[in-house]
Amino acid sequence: MDYSIKIGGEAGQGIQTVGGTLAKLFARSGYHVFSHQDYESRIRGGHNFYQIRFSDKSIRASRDGIDIVVALDKESMVAHEKELTPEGIIIYDSSSLKEKREASHFLDIPFIDLAVEHGGNKIMANSVAVGSVLGMLGMKPDNLLKIFQETFGKKGEEIVDGNMKAAQAGHDHALQHCEKCSFRASDVSEAKMLIAGNDAIGIGAIASGIKFYSAYPMTPSTGIMNYIAGREAEYGIIVEQAEDEISAINMALGASFAGVRAMTGTSGGGFALMVEGLSLAGMTETPIVIALGQRPGPATGLPTRTEQGDLQFALYSAHGEFPRVIFAPGTPEQAFHLTNKAFGISEKYQIPVIIMTDQYLADSQWTFDKFDLERIHYSDQRLRGHVFRELSEYKRHAFTESGVTPLGVPGDSKHLVVTDSDEHDEEGHIIEDAETRGKMLDKRLLKKMPHIREEMSPPEFYGHEKPEIVLVGWGSTYGVIREVVDIINKNKKAAMLHFSEIHPLPEVEKFDYVEMLNNASSAFCIENNATAQFARYIRAETGYEFKFRINKFDGRPFTVDYLKGELNAHVKGL
Amino acid sequence: MPTLKDYRGQQPAWCPGCGNFSILKSFKDAMVEMDMEPHKFTIVSGIGQAAKFPHYVKCNVFNGLHGRALPVATGFRLANHEHTVMVFTGDGDCYGEGGNHFLHAIRRNINVKLFVHDNQIYGLTKGQASPTSMEGMKTKNQPFGVFAEQLNPMTLAVALDCSFVARGFTGETEHLKDLMNAAVNHRGFSLVDILQPCVSFNKINTHEWYKQRVYHIEPDYNPDDKEAALRKAEEWGERIPIGIIYRNNRPLYEERIPVIKEQPLVRQLFDTSMLQDILKEFY
Repeated sequence: MDYSIKIGGEAGQGIQTVGGTLAKLFARSGYHVFSHQDYESRIRGGHNFYQIRFSDKSIRASRDGIDIVVALDKESMVAHEKELTPEGIIIYDSSSLKEKREASHFLDIPFIDLAVEHGGNKIMANSVAVGSVLGMLGMKPDNLLKIFQETFGKKGEEIVDGNMKAAQAGHDHALQHCEKCSFRASDVSEAKMLIAGNDAIGIGAIASGIKFYSAYPMTPSTGIMNYIAGREAEYGIIVEQAEDEISAINMALGASFAGVRAMTGTSGGGFALMVEGLSLAGMTETPIVIALGQRPGPATGLPTRTEQGDLQFALYSAHGEFPRVIFAPGTPEQAFHLTNKAFGISEKYQIPVIIMTDQYLADSQWTFDKFDLERIHYSDQRLRGHVFRELSEYKRHAFTESGVTPLGVPGDSKHLVVTDSDEHDEEGHIIEDAETRGKMLDKRLLKKMPHIREEMSPPEFYGHEKPEIVLVGWGSTYGVIREVVDIINKNKKAAMLHFSEIHPLPEVEKFDYVEMLNNASSAFCIENNATAQFARYIRAETGYEFKFRINKFDGRPFTVDYLKGELNAHVKGL
Repeated sequence: MPTLKDYRGQQPAWCPGCGNFSILKSFKDAMVEMDMEPHKFTIVSGIGQAAKFPHYVKCNVFNGLHGRALPVATGFRLANHEHTVMVFTGDGDCYGEGGNHFLHAIRRNINVKLFVHDNQIYGLTKGQASPTSMEGMKTKNQPFGVFAEQLNPMTLAVALDCSFVARGFTGETEHLKDLMNAAVNHRGFSLVDILQPCVSFNKINTHEWYKQRVYHIEPDYNPDDKEAALRKAEEWGERIPIGIIYRNNRPLYEERIPVIKEQPLVRQLFDTSMLQDILKEFY
């Protein structure tokens, strides 16, 4: 069993409510869920959709074929008709859309009338829609009660009750009138957690002891700020909305210098403003974590869509030479663990760490049995309190074997903590002499790099052990590539090589991914951008050149069917 | 008790005769007077001749980017509001490159002390007009003279309800020391704009020019009166007032944040046992 549901309509009509409720219900019922959203850069109107796929087997991406379309506007009736599977059905309310369709794949359900009649208010039409979908799937609406209590509990029992009655009415109506409905949701049990990429980064940050997050709101990174801001009191965190991204990164650096773990988040345009601050972090050896949620550029681009167009930018942004680490998680679970790793590495080596996502990963919800909190690592690397106080000597940038000098908390000791964006001496004061410059760069960059590189984990390998076809990706394409590998492997030898720890590239001693690519008869680099940025990076770093590159740059994510179609053009008999 | 020699930093790289030396002297005197130990405060600075200031003092230092001292200082204070944070900056650094941060630091009323070395010219880049250069001033880059109106930081700060607004002059080091003292002791964002000759590049606003014009604000003047303050702030030209122009008791930004009511962020320790329930809401 593997169904996809699409809720389409204008912004403000309740697409999020219907979609969010269904996704949560499926996850709680124990299904594997994957949802993604497509919305316009506006508060009201336009055409938007929320797509949910759910199954009794593991799923990690969206499919093209839709089984049930919930059309909240006329455009959804037209735009998504061609996406229907052979058994697919579009449900709509002819009285509110002022349009009636007779074809058998349309099912007219009076969302508003049922809401008024059973719930007592037309505002409950969305609950009728939710109930209708459940009815079509043969699922009982009982599990909705808890979700409605959580959503509407504050408004009183009457509202919860009204919504339940509305959902029941929708359910009964669909069950009775959907003669063509052949869907059957199979039985599953254990509830799963449902989580999106942005929330996973937020949890990862909190689990890493974040104390300060400053940012300027920018899609698609704002969700991280929202998540953390909602938990300020509980975990003792300050979230500061800065006047601009320049301020955001500088505030975070100020907080980090003062002795707390700090982070900022933005998208490409805001990151462009942060770039000088990134360089400042490099020069002053101040730890910072930066979430970079990509969206299609250049300039304002498509503000609410997805792209992997900023890899080369992140790799080479900022003037001067200094170490940085770049992660690009492929799933919310990876985002959670890599955020934790980002904080650890950033503080251990006193460097900036960038976590790259994109709108697709940021907003997509996945199900997991759980996140493993046992794997969370936290160790405070700063010199503080009596340890710092009792130290006999201290120089903020003293030369050391590893290049790392302990980071003292200003004020905790008589020892002064001094740093400078100018080249500086061991104490942190301005210098101009050639010898100190050379030694300081060696300490800051060359000495640290080998240690940092050792921390990088090899790419994730999945599929046939001796693959002929290797599908390579980085970041948010993980799910799609993995599903396609499963499909291809029914009659081919294929594998996925997914990079989530991008820079510096992991050593080949741990796992020789370059050799694997060399041995494959065809290796594809799959990227949500136009110029194959990761393929170019691999060539620059390893000399390996991809013969095949699949690039999608229309602002929309890959789907399983789309990627398979693209591969068909190159490989026979898939 | 710290003495003057406890604050002796690097050898200054300023031009001989620069007004910055007077600011340095007033500052060290003020610190001794306030019994402020060097490790108990941090100076954040940006870029420019003024931004080199903290290297010539003994204290914790974050010498950051051009125009960006205030955000760093704000982040520092939010992480540790028990620590004194000051910013030393110039007219180009603060009112030009960092103008936006200046507005928002005043709005927040973060308890940072801002000292602006205002010589009405760019020194480090060798003599271009700054936001406070007077209209008509000719420079290498403004051969026809400055067309833009001179920024009056005092008027701007009073209009924005800045918690403490004062002007000093490097020719009056004792008075400047007292202003610094008052600014540090004031509860709220404090701006001290310090008129200072640039002996190398500003041939108009010289020491003599200032000396003929500055006067001490009258003893019966009430800096708590905003309307009077706006009028006082407007004064420029033949007579330039120095002293405390405006002050108010706006609540501190740091005090409004519930999370740091008990203790600063930097003292709030984290351990992973706090995470037990963090995933609950996702089921």
